Amino acid sequence: MGRKLLLEKAHIEGIRYYDTYRSNGGYAAAEKALKSMGPEGVLEEVKKSGLRGRGGAGFPTGMKWSFIAKPEGVPRYLVCNADESEPGTFKDRYLMEFIPHLLIEGLLISSFTLGANAAYIYIRGEYAWIPDILEQAIAEAKNKGWLGKNILGTGFDLEIYVQRGAGAYICGEETALLESLEGKRGNPRIKPPFPAVKGLWGCPTVVNNVETLAAVVPIVNIGGDEYIKYGIGKSTGTKLISACGNINKPGVYEIEMNISVEEFIYSDEYCGGIKNGKRLKACIPGGSSVPVLPANLLLKTAKGETRMMTYESLNDGGFATGSMLGSGGFIVMDEDQCIVRNTLTFARFYHHESCGQCSPCREGTGWMKKVLHNIEYGKGKMSDIDLLWDIQRKIEGNTICPLGDAAAWPVAAAIRHFRDEFEWHVKNPDEALTRNFGLAHYADPIPVPEPAATV
Amino acid sequence: MAAIQFSEEKLNKVKEIVARYPEGKQKSALIPVLHLAQEEFDGWLSSDTMDYVASLLQLKPIEVYEVATFYSMFNLKPVGKFLFEVCQTGPCMVSGSDQIIDYIKNKLGIGVGETTPDGMFTLKTVECLGACGYAPMMQLGKHFREHLTPARVDEIIAECRAKAN
Ligand SMILES: Cc1cc2nc3c(=O)[nH]c(=O)nc-3n(C[C@H](O)[C@H](O)[C@H](O)COP(=O)(O)O)c2cc1C
Ligand code: SF4
Ligand code: FES
Repeated sequence: MGRKLLLEKAHIEGIRYYDTYRSNGGYAAAEKALKSMGPEGVLEEVKKSGLRGRGGAGFPTGMKWSFIAKPEGVPRYLVCNADESEPGTFKDRYLMEFIPHLLIEGLLISSFTLGANAAYIYIRGEYAWIPDILEQAIAEAKNKGWLGKNILGTGFDLEIYVQRGAGAYICGEETALLESLEGKRGNPRIKPPFPAVKGLWGCPTVVNNVETLAAVVPIVNIGGDEYIKYGIGKSTGTKLISACGNINKPGVYEIEMNISVEEFIYSDEYCGGIKNGKRLKACIPGGSSVPVLPANLLLKTAKGETRMMTYESLNDGGFATGSMLGSGGFIVMDEDQCIVRNTLTFARFYHHESCGQCSPCREGTGWMKKVLHNIEYGKGKMSDIDLLWDIQRKIEGNTICPLGDAAAWPVAAAIRHFRDEFEWHVKNPDEALTRNFGLAHYADPIPVPEPAATV
Repeated sequence: MAAIQFSEEKLNKVKEIVARYPEGKQKSALIPVLHLAQEEFDGWLSSDTMDYVASLLQLKPIEVYEVATFYSMFNLKPVGKFLFEVCQTGPCMVSGSDQIIDYIKNKLGIGVGETTPDGMFTLKTVECLGACGYAPMMQLGKHFREHLTPARVDEIIAECRAKAN
């Protein structure tokens, strides 16, 4: 069994409530941080832990925190990104629903470290029942003296508020989130200035993902040096993976970042293998924005090494033959799935979610959707495949925020690895309406040169 | 329809929301207050409702329209008493959401974006709601209905009908 740091106690009856959380060791980290470590001490441990942002980009959290500007007399804010809208991702929801005090404790320690006296949890509007759970946890914590004025007699004050979004993936992007929190449309801001300098209402702000903030609690408890022992290299600690698609056991799993992709998919501890005894065709390992990989490149890298569930290993081979850990949204597709159709749903998603500020993103996502629609519904031309490639190239890198790239990458990867499936759709428009291309050779092992015979 | 006016209780809620932000930043309350208004006034935001929210928060009406039109959860047209918002994005699609959407269409005799003639049900397709592991799924009011099958859909429809009576 893998060791856990976040969800270890998530199954304890009543852990959602303060008393149970507290009697199971909850708020011990907050006490340690506020009473004995001080802000510098916490920052030091977070840096040592190698914790990387769990929202998708994987930026080192300690470094991000050290960038926050501290002008005299200007308030600082901590904003918790609970927008969780990347298709395939549903881990933050699990954490907030089942062990909300872990997030509140993480917010308390992090706000204390940053010197923020107000923290906002920005949660996607569709998670409409979760604010009640969070607000109850906040009220309990406040009642017990963990929030409010002069916490634990340290002179530190903190209020935590929950703000609901209203249905916009783009508000997960940190500057769009801040705009939304200010009561505006979610249009991303041009950076710089970065939020650490000019964020919420023009004040220095740190934006962190739910899971990142929760991970601060075990880091304070066990120390940064111990935390890095859970994982490999720069992929330290544990990661929540939300697994979905054609697997036996979809759900949220906490993994140590030292297991292989194969173990994650096939072992009974995690996904439990492919549903209905089917074969694995493809997988999108880190949320809809990251490149899709065919089975043969998923389990082993192009060099023939075992692919691991780490930031580095999933990225091995770059975009040519690798992918990304991203948000941990792990989407598995079996032999019956159609790559063209799946890519079409993503293109539609990004077109729907584009805020419309940049023409390459606004127009390009619409074209990609139309062209993919034609190919899927038997009206495609061979030249459409190159057209798609061309459009995605023209979006990538030419936009204000990374949503443009996020829209381009899935299309690029689908064509790169599954071009024959697109061509089959074009050549067999009628057949493509009634059946899928199937597994083809995507699950074949990559040919590895025979080792020289030993004499 | 009755005049657009929050109850005393809801007005207190608005005050509580505004108090979460620093002095003068009450515009931040806009999205939470629009949610309140939509819940209170028949599940959608008419221009009268939006103007009312603008006056409550001392904003220009255009500031409210700009926001209401940006976010997909705000309905700018009347909807049925029960709004079925079925997810159709990749992970749900590979788990059979297309079949569920077709089933609901046939069962209710409406297309996507339409409301049944009795004003009971509206069908909408939406993009990933963060329940991909429990697919196919839909949002119904405040909650998610997950692991949908035709039989589950039948139950949900019956449950709504019973609630309406
Ligand atoms: C289009 C887009 C959507 C995003 N959605 C989310 C999200 O839902 N949740 C999240 O934590 N980060 C999301 N991010 C990343 C945030 O911009 C930001 O990097 C993150 O919240 C930082 O927190 P972390 O360092 O703790 O990961 C998104 C980024 C982009 C470009
Ligand atoms: S890339 Fe797309 S979502 Fe991002 S700012 Fe430009 S138009 Fe908006
Ligand atoms: S794809 Fe339907 S909930 Fe995520």
